[in-house]
Amino acid sequence: MRPRQARQQVLHAREFESFVAGAAGRLLHAATLLTAEPPDANPCARRLLTDALARTYADWDRLRGEDPYDRARQELAARFARSAWRAHRGRGGVLGALGPQERLVVVLRLGEGVAEEQVAALLGLPAERVRAICARSVAELVRS
Amino acid sequence: MSAQRAEDQVRRLLDGPHPVVPPELCPEAVRRGARRARRRARGRWVLWLLLGAAFVGFMVWATLNHPWTQPPANRTPPLEGW
Repeated sequence: MRPRQARQQVLHAREFESFVAGAAGRLLHAATLLTAEPPDANPCARRLLTDALARTYADWDRLRGEDPYDRARQELAARFARSAWRAHRGRGGVLGALGPQERLVVVLRLGEGVAEEQVAALLGLPAERVRAICARSVAELVRS
Repeated sequence: MSAQRAEDQVRRLLDGPHPVVPPELCPEAVRRGARRARRRARGRWVLWLLLGAAFVGFMVWATLNHPWTQPPANRTPPLEGW
């Protein structure tokens, strides 16, 4: 490998490591809520986050000023949405009573404070539908 | 209960105990991400190489065949009306 490339790669890795040091806790928390696993036994959430972070690292030099946290969260949500049809039935966790899509909406809207329109765009749903899912899930959680 | 209060209650619920980040998570992500980036770079390189080869091939073919010159007529016009 050429020395310039090698130097840049080391720089990227260092930047990425400091980003992960700051963001991984919150992202893993979100991922664990999504997969509805208990915080001390969350293999699916770890795998999900590792995949999302690997993608964020691969795209690191193409972020062009975009917030890496936003990108990683987006990647996490998209990956969860793609894989939600299998497995993620939930094994306990705070949001275990909800379905995968409801969990996704609740975590993004209330846990992460993402705007309704952004969540809608991310999930490919109309904004009213996101609002309805959120309201329904909140009612369900408060009831239980 | 108002919707706002219910949402606040759920927010508090979501802010429960946080999981511990395993130490191998970051190096694993870097390893896989780097592999992905490397593969992508290699794919791009192959694509450029193919493009270059196609261009060179076209140039060679064009210089040999002169496709811009009109081919000579290989048939005389029919003899009519004399």
